[in-house]
Amino acid sequence: MIRFILLQNRQGKTRLAKYYIPLEESEKHKVEYEVHRLVVNRDPKFTNFVEFRTHKVIYRRYAGLFFSLCVDITDNELAYLEGIHLFVEILDHFFSNVCELDLVFNFHKVYLILDEFILAGEFQETSKKAIIERMGELEKQE
Amino acid sequence: MNPFSSGTRLRDMIRAIRACKTAAEERAVVRKECASIRAAVSDNDNDYRHRNLAKLMFIHMLGYPTHFGQMECLKLIAAPGFPEKRIGYLGLMLLLDERQEVLMLVTNSLKQDLNHTNQYIVGLALCALGNISSAEMARDLAPEVERLLQFRDPNVRKKAALCSIRIIKKVPDLAENFVNPVTSLLKEKHHGVLLTAIQLCADLCIVSEEALEYFRKKCTEGIVKVLKDAVNSPYAPEYDISGISDPFLQIRLLRILRILGHGDADASDFMNDVLAQVATKTESNKNAGNAILYECVETIMSIEDSGGLRVLAINILGRFLSNRDNNIRYVALNMLMKAISIDGQAVQRHRATILECVKDSDASIRKRALELVYLLVNESNVKPLTKELIDYLVVSDQDFKGDLTAKICSIVEKLSPEKIWYIDQMLKVLCEAGNYVKDEVWHALIVVITNSSNLHGYTVRSLYRAIQTSGDQEAVVRVAVWCIGEYGDLLVNNIGMLDIEEPITVTESDAIDVIEVAIKQHTSDLTTRAMCLMALLKLSSRFPSSSQRIKDIVNQSKGSLLLELQQRSIEFDSIIGKHQNLRSALVERMPVLDEASYSGRRGGSGVSTSGINNIPNGVVKIVDAPLVDLLDLGVDEPTHAPPPNSSSGANFLHDLLGVGADISSSSPQSGGRNTMHGHKSGTDVLLDLLSSGSPPAPATQKSSSTSDLLSLTQLNNKPSPSPFSALDTLSSPIPTPGASPMMDLLDGFGPNPTTPPPPPKEEENGRTYPPIVAFESGALSLMFNLSKQPGSPQITLIEAKFTNKSSHVYTDFIFQAAVPKFLQLHLEPASSNTLPGNGSGSITQKLQVTNNQHGKKSVVMRIRISYKLNNKDMLEEGQISNFPRDL
Repeated sequence: MIRFILLQNRQGKTRLAKYYIPLEESEKHKVEYEVHRLVVNRDPKFTNFVEFRTHKVIYRRYAGLFFSLCVDITDNELAYLEGIHLFVEILDHFFSNVCELDLVFNFHKVYLILDEFILAGEFQETSKKAIIERMGELEKQE
Repeated sequence: MNPFSSGTRLRDMIRAIRACKTAAEERAVVRKECASIRAAVSDNDNDYRHRNLAKLMFIHMLGYPTHFGQMECLKLIAAPGFPEKRIGYLGLMLLLDERQEVLMLVTNSLKQDLNHTNQYIVGLALCALGNISSAEMARDLAPEVERLLQFRDPNVRKKAALCSIRIIKKVPDLAENFVNPVTSLLKEKHHGVLLTAIQLCADLCIVSEEALEYFRKKCTEGIVKVLKDAVNSPYAPEYDISGISDPFLQIRLLRILRILGHGDADASDFMNDVLAQVATKTESNKNAGNAILYECVETIMSIEDSGGLRVLAINILGRFLSNRDNNIRYVALNMLMKAISIDGQAVQRHRATILECVKDSDASIRKRALELVYLLVNESNVKPLTKELIDYLVVSDQDFKGDLTAKICSIVEKLSPEKIWYIDQMLKVLCEAGNYVKDEVWHALIVVITNSSNLHGYTVRSLYRAIQTSGDQEAVVRVAVWCIGEYGDLLVNNIGMLDIEEPITVTESDAIDVIEVAIKQHTSDLTTRAMCLMALLKLSSRFPSSSQRIKDIVNQSKGSLLLELQQRSIEFDSIIGKHQNLRSALVERMPVLDEASYSGRRGGSGVSTSGINNIPNGVVKIVDAPLVDLLDLGVDEPTHAPPPNSSSGANFLHDLLGVGADISSSSPQSGGRNTMHGHKSGTDVLLDLLSSGSPPAPATQKSSSTSDLLSLTQLNNKPSPSPFSALDTLSSPIPTPGASPMMDLLDGFGPNPTTPPPPPKEEENGRTYPPIVAFESGALSLMFNLSKQPGSPQITLIEAKFTNKSSHVYTDFIFQAAVPKFLQLHLEPASSNTLPGNGSGSITQKLQVTNNQHGKKSVVMRIRISYKLNNKDMLEEGQISNFPRDL
């Protein structure tokens, strides 16, 4: 199960944070700080997995942005790595060539996409097409 | 209508915040925004509510407090339109979680939205429920979610399926309600629904045994078929990931098959074919393909035995391990740990590769590989593997040394074939990473050293060499100082040379130099310095000609600000200077530390933390250091009671304090054991020590000697008919009555942590007990006569009798006692308040103790005795825990 998802830039600014477990605000800030410290200085050749407390963080870097998923120790790391990439592809498709600023100004839409992709800490839909279509329908509701 | 589309203030605010150059500017902007949002909140402004909340979420993401927005979320959720609800639910998920009371208020709105005619609003509600539902909400809304599993739109069905996972995790009792709906979902063709239904199915199996049985019987076949279709499906671009068809679904299917096949031969049999198909057909040149193979290997390992498949799986792992991609190697190491219990030989074949991974530059891989190596070590390969690891320790990263050291020490302790090898390896580790070595490791090393009498000379010479090169590693210094103190004569005279050794010339003053350097080194802490002092005292007897130099070094600590050092140096100075005649007896070589008794103590005392058990070669990890106890240093440690009675370490302490001799006269049958050197003069030393002590000293000195005395007297006078049995059976897991006082001393008044005493079987009514010596200090002794009245086993009547063997009369004699909460104590007036000297009279006092936990806990008591001796106030304190167990 995914415990939380973080989207951070190299400076450690959080661009998206979604928690599927209850945490205190102060604890969330601590987690975000620690995860950033863990991933930011790792060599690109290294594994995309770091052990974090009793869980592990699967992360991937796209330009200046780090996408980090915290998952259970028994989960399939490679699958979540693939999941991160799928999420990025969806964002890229939705914003057509996504950049960090898109995510800053449209953060509420990013959350909406995420809620169509992952729910209760599990993948909900793995078809890019289905999610993009669903987003179109939701935008019509506005 | 969309508040975010054109020239909105959300966009403006984000711009304004981004334009800030300093944190102070940003705070100012945020403060202004928050103020206006608060104003809008108190005005109950409807038009801009969702815009305000969106801004608030952005501010929240920056890390500012936004509690005042919580109620706004609820209001937006209660609004009729989709845009308001969307922002409301988003805010709800970000700003609140399941622990906030205010979340309960939203239950009703959620219920309405789950029944809404607009399916998008139903979707919003399901999403919020799935992400932050509390147990109460899960219980209240489960029927709605259950119904939605059959909703016409697949988007709602899949959301409902994942939402159900949250519900059954929060309230496992509800699992049975979902079993039937899921069974029908598993037959769905819609991809998203199938994906989520399989996940729900897996979680149901985890929370409910019945669900697992049901799915195993009814659904295994269907799931196997779905997987077959997925593997063989023609190209479907929608679910294709880099040429692999639908990896996410395949992975989920493999995972549920693992759950169904685990522990069930029939189900496992059923899935053999498809697993073989996945394992052979999946391409392994892409991450997605490897993810499937990885999952497939794990499933093959977990289901019931099928030799052919396992060979296939191990081969896949072998391929993974030689992959150039670090991720793949990482998962291979991860999986090999599981494979080791299935086919250890096959994993051993990859040992060389795994060992290389320990040296990888990536910390994640190193850690996995080290764990794996640890599992791979056995008697036959321990020597080469340890050598590799120690060689690597020399060059490894600083932050990896801690882990690596712990693992090497553990391997060496667990599997060392001979003592000399053990000592050699430990010295190497200490030299390389002594600062990372845990205390119990070097304590254990000392125990082993004392036990290998033929290696004493060899060890002390090795340590002498080691400290020349690695004097900066504290653990090396401590062990070396201890050994030089003990075996200094072997060092300078080259006694006990082994063939493999190179001769070495060390003079007495060289040996003393080592200790002098160590005690003066500013990095040495209290323990090290105290050990140095102790070693110096010992050397003063081993090297009589250097006595004066040693005395000078000891004297330098007389001015130490650390009380312990100051006190010790004054005492030792006095021993070196004034008591030549008994010094050699006092600092004789330490008797062999009994490995078994330390292990027994570790197991029985309840202070043991590590899970290391008795180890084949008899090398045992100990928890608290004999040294620390001997030196009486562990001021802040709870374990700072005297070491177990049977260990000779304790004897030494008692000898040093001169207590043993005193006891030997009162209980001759055990005196021989307790007093190695039963000189009567020992007592004088104690008195001397006490009287020559500096003013701050007596307090600690007195309390420690009292407690020692207490434990000893308890031992010698306990009611057990054979005092030796208790001494000898200390290492047995069940503490004997003789052992329990030790534990109680360690644990204060707490319940005995190891084993509650077995409830007494025999009828106890009206029993009497042999008298016990409850307390003895110097000339004062306290006897307890215990008895019970028929019909009330909880109540014990105690007649206390005080006697005074000194030549002085004690006046104003007052006895006080305290007991833990489960006891009640009633004290009757004493017979007198004057205690005549020379044992010519006594005071008696009656006590009544009621034990509310009779049969569960033993009686313990803390006492304080105050009296006047020649008009000087005296105070004695102690703890009585040698009561018969079944009081």
